[in-house]
Amino acid sequence: MPILEFQNVSKIYNGSTRALSEVSFSINEGEFVSIIGPSGSGKSTILRCINRLVDASQGVIRFDGHDILKANKNELRTIRTKTGMIFQHYNLVERLSVIENVLHGRLGHKSTLGGMLGIYSEEEKENAFAILAKLGLTEQAYKRCDELSGGQKQRVGIARSIMQSPRLILCDEPIASLDPSSSKVIMDHLANINDTMKITCVVNLHQVDVVMKYSKRIIGITSGHIVYDGPPEKLTKEKIYEIYQSNEGDLITDVG
Amino acid sequence: MSEIIISSPAPMELDLHKYMHKDRSGKIKIAAKSKSSIAIRLTILVLFVLTVYAFISFDYKNINFAQSVAATWENVKVLFGQPRLTYNSFGGAMHALLVTFSLGVLSTIFGAILAFFGALLCAKNIANPAVSNVIKSLVAFIRAVPTILWVLIFTVAAGLGSVAAVVGLTFHSAAYLIKAYSESIEEMDQGTIEALRASGANFWQIVFQAIFPASLSYMTAWTFLRFEINFTNAIAVGAAAGAGGIGYDLYMAGSFYFDLHELGFITYVVVIAVILLEMLATKIKAKVR
Amino acid sequence: MENNKKLKENISIFTKRKQTFTLAFLGVIVLFGLASFITNFNVIEGFESIPKAVVWIATNLVPNEKSWSRLPNILSKLIETALLSVAVTVCAGICAFFFSLLGTRATRINPWIGRIVRFIAAFFRNVPDVVWAMLLLFSFGQNILTGFFALFFTTFGMLTRTFIETIDEVSSQCVEALTATGSNYIQTVFQGIVPSAMSEIVTWVLFMIETNIRSSTLIGVLTATGIGYIFDLYYKRLDYGAASLVVISIVVLVIGIELISNQIRKVIM
Repeated sequence: MPILEFQNVSKIYNGSTRALSEVSFSINEGEFVSIIGPSGSGKSTILRCINRLVDASQGVIRFDGHDILKANKNELRTIRTKTGMIFQHYNLVERLSVIENVLHGRLGHKSTLGGMLGIYSEEEKENAFAILAKLGLTEQAYKRCDELSGGQKQRVGIARSIMQSPRLILCDEPIASLDPSSSKVIMDHLANINDTMKITCVVNLHQVDVVMKYSKRIIGITSGHIVYDGPPEKLTKEKIYEIYQSNEGDLITDVG
Repeated sequence: MSEIIISSPAPMELDLHKYMHKDRSGKIKIAAKSKSSIAIRLTILVLFVLTVYAFISFDYKNINFAQSVAATWENVKVLFGQPRLTYNSFGGAMHALLVTFSLGVLSTIFGAILAFFGALLCAKNIANPAVSNVIKSLVAFIRAVPTILWVLIFTVAAGLGSVAAVVGLTFHSAAYLIKAYSESIEEMDQGTIEALRASGANFWQIVFQAIFPASLSYMTAWTFLRFEINFTNAIAVGAAAGAGGIGYDLYMAGSFYFDLHELGFITYVVVIAVILLEMLATKIKAKVR
Repeated sequence: MENNKKLKENISIFTKRKQTFTLAFLGVIVLFGLASFITNFNVIEGFESIPKAVVWIATNLVPNEKSWSRLPNILSKLIETALLSVAVTVCAGICAFFFSLLGTRATRINPWIGRIVRFIAAFFRNVPDVVWAMLLLFSFGQNILTGFFALFFTTFGMLTRTFIETIDEVSSQCVEALTATGSNYIQTVFQGIVPSAMSEIVTWVLFMIETNIRSSTLIGVLTATGIGYIFDLYYKRLDYGAASLVVISIVVLVIGIELISNQIRKVIM
């Protein structure tokens, strides 16, 4: 049974700019799907339509059986708690401690007052420490996030999303601001989460070699249209050139 | 950067407590231990206590608060809803506005000239440290005395009229601009100055060939910002020290004629003038950059 | 050939710049002449007045024995003024914080409300405190609350604008992330915006306290309240010794607050 389903979804910004047109696909529980495409092709819009940081203009999006576009405020909040999100610029609260940022993953489950004052149960805190341990960040727990390196910040971002106990994790260019070795660490963690915790991952990427290595399924998108949907083995060079709308040899990437 | 991915957290359970900070009741702490957040909390706490104490200590002279608020609301409606000139002609109001504008212009020009030389004596990268400290203390002193007091002092010392207003306003402008100019000089690339010095340029050559061109855009931006402040200050000083201009008209309408309609009209004139000035300043600043 | 062309271009830029300078310089001189004419300002008189004024200040504006007896009165008004500035700034700051949330890109409810909020802030910022003081004098009389509300409105306008800018600068990214975790509006504000923006907000509040002490002196002269009033009183009674003591006490207070807030700023930023 698909956990996520897009049926003819379109998004039009400011009444004229078409970011997505008639996009349809479905993703099964436990999949690791990468979305590739040039900047501005609509990759981020797809992710943001899922947790409604952006509202799709037309079509149907189903997540875990719910029609997302019809969800009311409370239902939307529940849907968001079930979908973690990881950002290119980490989007942490830089002046708070690592552990506080991880605990932010629980806000959606808490009462307004409890969340507002940042009161968490001991169980939640221990759980947060366990997650930090998995990501190798225990020693940084009480550091402020602005003291961390980029790779460490992104791991805090991952910890925050796992803290939500999500069914689905959305990653918007998670390694675009990182050096190659930190990138590998982050991708390994994501693969591991997908593998051991059975959390579905949808990752926006633009490094084709990384995509080939980590994903079991690739969706290629160009100017709001899906032009490829299939396993990495079948993604030919020609297809990649079509996705990136460039001529052979213009891409700085090793398709391997 | 290399690390091993641990797939089962179970054996870690015990070790984890080693990393947790706990409070007296054994609960796990989550806040970062930073001086900054303690200082922020302490500052906020002190400010709140002072505020509460302030409200307790004020002498309200048994004022009927609800009645006064209601009266204020009625007055606000008249002021902004029915502006009308009775004692002043429109031309008179415009002339008064022009006078205030001119007071602002004069004090800004004098302030800028004084501040340019003051900043040269004050900027750490070119000035003598002893002289710099003296100027900085002087600036701090001048800034600490409210503009209105400078104007009142000069009214007696130099006689009532535009001279007192201009000199009084200039004091603050100069002090403000010295701080701003010297900071923009200090931000300048030290290499340029050294290179010129090495080529045998003297102090004034360095000033006019390197410092002046390099910090001109900053200085212009600051000067326009100060002009806006001087304009509002000229209004305030006109009202409180009788230094003329639109501020004086405000004072007359409010405290002499007790005419809210007139006060309202002049307020609109002032607000529109201030907003136009702000727009002009934004444009000029954009051009200079 | 190529070099020659470049040289010519350089020269033309140089002359053009020189022209702009000359033009700006002439413009300033014309402006100066016009402004002097309109205000009947005499440059020579202006320059002559300064040494005269300095001599006058040095001989008259010094505390004498009699003026020290006024010190308790002056200090009580000074403390009142300081407390007034703190109370006004804190109250205006709290109101401005919640109001600015409706005006920032990250937290506004819709763009139209955002625009209205910015407009209201601009209105309060640009109506001079002198006008508020005069208006409130009608309804509140010579009361401390006149000064309080006059300063409150302008401070509220100023702080709303700066808070909107600060919040937009520091917290739009974390607002997006917290929203994505399912946290609601109030939780996002207190867990995301407050910790991110608080150091800047405190810095601005401290700055406004300092500014308000100076402004309240002016309002005091105008509405016959507080420290401004007693300065005016002594000054008009020609009791220059006591008046000078008022000036000195204000200077000490303002510089003291400046030093304290500089220290706090260093620690919290």
